[in-house]
Amino acid sequence: MSSWGPTAPAQPQQPQQPQQPPAFQVQQAQQPAPQHAPATPPTWRAAEQVMGMPISLALRGREAGTHAGQQAWHEALAELRWVDQVFSTWKPESWISRLDRREVRVEDCPPEVADVLELGERARVSTEGRFNIHLGGRLDPSGVVKGWAVERAVRPLLALEDTDVCLSAGGDMVCRVRDPHRPGWRVGIEDPADPTRVKAVITLRDGALATSGLSRRGAHLVDPRTGLVPGSLGSVTVIAESLTWADIDATAGFVADAQAPTWLAQRARKGIVVWRDGTVEPYGL
Amino acid sequence: MRRIVLTFLSTLTVVVLLFGYHTSTAGSLTATSGDSAVISGSDSSSDDQASGAPPSSDSSSDSSSDSSSDGSSASAEPSDGSSSSSDSGSSSGSSSGSSAADGTYTGTAASTEWGDVQVAITVSDGQITDVEVPVYPTENPKDQQINAYALPILIDETIDAQSADIDMVSGATVTSNGYLTSLQSALDQAGL
Repeated sequence: MSSWGPTAPAQPQQPQQPQQPPAFQVQQAQQPAPQHAPATPPTWRAAEQVMGMPISLALRGREAGTHAGQQAWHEALAELRWVDQVFSTWKPESWISRLDRREVRVEDCPPEVADVLELGERARVSTEGRFNIHLGGRLDPSGVVKGWAVERAVRPLLALEDTDVCLSAGGDMVCRVRDPHRPGWRVGIEDPADPTRVKAVITLRDGALATSGLSRRGAHLVDPRTGLVPGSLGSVTVIAESLTWADIDATAGFVADAQAPTWLAQRARKGIVVWRDGTVEPYGL
Repeated sequence: MRRIVLTFLSTLTVVVLLFGYHTSTAGSLTATSGDSAVISGSDSSSDDQASGAPPSSDSSSDSSSDSSSDGSSASAEPSDGSSSSSDSGSSSGSSSGSSAADGTYTGTAASTEWGDVQVAITVSDGQITDVEVPVYPTENPKDQQINAYALPILIDETIDAQSADIDMVSGATVTSNGYLTSLQSALDQAGL
């Protein structure tokens, strides 16, 4: 139970760079690997399995690969493991499981449990029921916990000085580039029909990105209002300032099915959808 | 217990490049690599192609103009950002006469429903290995503010995961099992 503050994304926001660079690179053909401008420092990577999903980290800049960088990575993992202990619906001993069995009350749980339940309720209202942590009589806040947890876990990494961060939990990620002269993180949007290919590349400097779809686990997303499985979309990718809401809206957008691009654009989200037939459609941009 | 006051202070900066729209344009790209690099606006959904239309952007960052003229590599220098250069459009394609020598080629700017767009491709061994968009729409003042732009869908069947040069992968929730064979796993192991 390390370092969570009550809520606010603790990051001292960098003073707004008046005009963020577009960060387009024009590559030379023959160079084998230099993916970015020569000035771009190398990327340090790490990956672990937590919460039943792969957690991948990419760091660039001053603390990439340093002791401080690795320390922050371990803090991030510790936070995710703590969240898993509290919120896992797979662990019978978790607070959420005990709460679901009515063995404890919300007041008995760590205060974050009440936070998450409230967040789930706000998500339900805000998405007009497309998102619901109460399904089939069971309490399953997994859909809000993931983005919320990563947003907390990334804090020690964002506190690293002059260091670019991209932290992904199962494909939902927080990205930050600290130096305007360094390129944005390039995020490949997986082809739902072929996980070895990407359908699009989104360059993200500062923000969060989440994708929902069917490709990996089969039909795990149903419309809570109807019980139906959406059939039009392959995947929905949402870009937002907050990963908590990018994650919620990607799920709800997928449930919105054919209305997803319209609905998400109305919510001032940006991103793309990949239709079941493979076509890519941007929205909100 | 309320809180979770999600204060979203971040500036969001997004640039979207869309690949893989399997349509007729793929063919035109391939053809392009052979003789000329002017492929702007070849995206299938823009019906108002006007190749060579002067970009509406007012900034004249010269940084990216020289990147395109000689096929050498030069990062589109993050000058002041908001827009890309209008002059880079003019210097396009000039280097492309010689049957797709290796290098980077920049097309003339074209109008699309998203605004003016210019495309640069990188050719290696006669193959397109990369597609970049040094000029992108700057029409919407709000978009300019947050620096998020829609770009036309760029088609290139030759861009696979490897050559797309990506840092991270996003897809439907990857489970630990699926991860072993995933693109993300490959990236993590490559340590690039």
